[in-house]
Amino acid sequence: MTSNMVPPAIIFILGSFLIPFLKGKTKSIYMLLIPVAAFYVLMNIPQGNIWTFEFWGYNLILGRIDKLSIIFGYIFTIMTFLGVLFALKVKDDLQHVAAIIYAGATLGVVLAGDFLSLYLFWEVMAVSSTFLIIASRTRASRQAGLRYILVHLIGGLFLLAGIVLYIQKTETIAFDYIGLSGIESYLIFIGIALNAAAIPLHAWLPDAYPMGTPTSTVFLSAFTTKSAVYLLIRTFPGADLLIWIGAFMVFVPIFYAVLENDIRRVLAYSLLNQIGFMLVGIGIGTQLALNGAVAHAFCHILYKGLLFMAAGSVLQMTGKIKCTEIGGLYKTMPLTCLFCIVGAASISAFPLFSGFVSKSMIVTATVNEKMVLVYLILQFASAGVFHHAGIKVPFFTFFGHDSGIRAKDPSWNMTLAMGIAAFACIFIGVFPGPLYNLLPFIVDYIPYTGAHVVGQLQLLMFGALAFALLILSGYYPPEIKSINLDVDWTYRKIGRGAYMVLDHGLNAINRVSESSLMTFVKGFASFFNRAAANLALFVSVNIWLVLGYRDKRLEIKKNRLYNDILQGTLPIGIGAAVAISFILLVFILT
Amino acid sequence: MKKELSIFDNPKNVKKLLIIFYCSLVILFIAEFFIVPHPAFSFEHVKGFSAVYGFFSCVMLIFLAKILRLIVMKKENYYDK
Repeated sequence: MTSNMVPPAIIFILGSFLIPFLKGKTKSIYMLLIPVAAFYVLMNIPQGNIWTFEFWGYNLILGRIDKLSIIFGYIFTIMTFLGVLFALKVKDDLQHVAAIIYAGATLGVVLAGDFLSLYLFWEVMAVSSTFLIIASRTRASRQAGLRYILVHLIGGLFLLAGIVLYIQKTETIAFDYIGLSGIESYLIFIGIALNAAAIPLHAWLPDAYPMGTPTSTVFLSAFTTKSAVYLLIRTFPGADLLIWIGAFMVFVPIFYAVLENDIRRVLAYSLLNQIGFMLVGIGIGTQLALNGAVAHAFCHILYKGLLFMAAGSVLQMTGKIKCTEIGGLYKTMPLTCLFCIVGAASISAFPLFSGFVSKSMIVTATVNEKMVLVYLILQFASAGVFHHAGIKVPFFTFFGHDSGIRAKDPSWNMTLAMGIAAFACIFIGVFPGPLYNLLPFIVDYIPYTGAHVVGQLQLLMFGALAFALLILSGYYPPEIKSINLDVDWTYRKIGRGAYMVLDHGLNAINRVSESSLMTFVKGFASFFNRAAANLALFVSVNIWLVLGYRDKRLEIKKNRLYNDILQGTLPIGIGAAVAISFILLVFILT
Repeated sequence: MKKELSIFDNPKNVKKLLIIFYCSLVILFIAEFFIVPHPAFSFEHVKGFSAVYGFFSCVMLIFLAKILRLIVMKKENYYDK
């Protein structure tokens, strides 16, 4: 079946190409129209498989449209709109282009009905998001970006190896439910789980996301992990393993979140904790649980985006984001403070806020399945979320000790983006009906019962009492300038030896997957691999020559290009090269 | 700077806020006696279970986090050395 409409992913990716050539208001309006156009397409496409192409004997499906994919499509386009609005005044085309391509690739992943187009968009997502991390153009962000891309390339290789084995076994590239059985399913599972930041494959997230710019982290927080959650719902619903990974994830990161000094790192750890709730839902796999996981992903994208926007506003206006350096900002940033509190109330699942109507579905699903231990862990984590994200983030940022900083609320577009997100959080919390109607299964669930509201409020408010008593008594762990070790220590500190092992392991996986690779993937991938690297270098060297760079300066530029992104080992998928080359071009020129 | 909020600079206001907070706790506790319960598990028949569980969850959280800090906390420049 075909459609006369353009796939959203293509709208985003092709649409991004014009951005650097526009200026002023035209540019702003154009950028905002891209997600609007994609949203229009999503609203008007029929269900079923559309945008199918015959390619070397394989059937590519760029549009698998059903209730599950469409709701993720909606929320990703909505979040792109908010993110673009929030970043509207940023004078850096690299960020705009990378963000739009990143969003487009995410939509490509969500709508893909076959493994080849999925993998293609998967790699574009990994590479374009890396540019958002290194966009702050600091040494630390470049190093974090490099670690990020390396980890994701390894994940991508696992996925690719799994896909190849899967295609050999089933003789089709189309995919739907897979389930955990057989080596190929585990390889695919690892590939997806890494993007979902499932413990123990999570360390890249708190390592890299807080390195983004005030605006780029907003995009980062939404797309990679939640598209992986979508894929897990699609391919591995009911996998028991996910319940335990999820239960571990809601539990462990909150300790880190309590200790962290950098607000955006606190939010990164709470992001892990929230994904844990979704994974538990996916693992349980009943209709209620899966609905809960989808609804929670939907709400989570909004309130986590909102919280990262609030943190971004603070960073933008004060230049600081550590608990030890900020505080008392409510005095001059009242709106940001208010929106942050709305986001905090939503993530804490206060009644009348969005988290309440989504998280409670997952918790109720554990009750229905008589999972006492999981239930108690989730309740513990709920109290813990309120503690670190609900109270700590707004308290240390906007209240707490007065840092003496007198920064104002950010520009109108940033405030408006936060306002819209905050409104959506409250709207969903008060009127969950429209969201429930979008969910993949029919919803037979009422969130607002007396027992549930009172129980949840008791849990939260007495948790708050503990916070208040601990703060007043001085037992609360003080804010300290520090970092806390996580799993990334293994690949950051063991040093060169580990790097070598990693490098060889990478190549080994590469060889294994390549040896069993279908001919066309092999040929095309390596062709575009080299093409991308050479093209990037060719284009940039010529431009530098024209710009008058010679000898030493040219050498430095070339090295920087390599150090920043290429490292000569980017296995970029088919066609991805085109989009990537374009970001590269913008990167060179800005 | 036109205006600046400073309601929490006054200790009286902080005190008022805390009193409102404590009152809400009492109300929440009493409220449980007036609603139709639908306990998930047998232990939830106990009145105030959520309240106690929420309180001790947070105390445990802080207690364990303090222990964790002893193990994982390093100086900010740890990875640069």
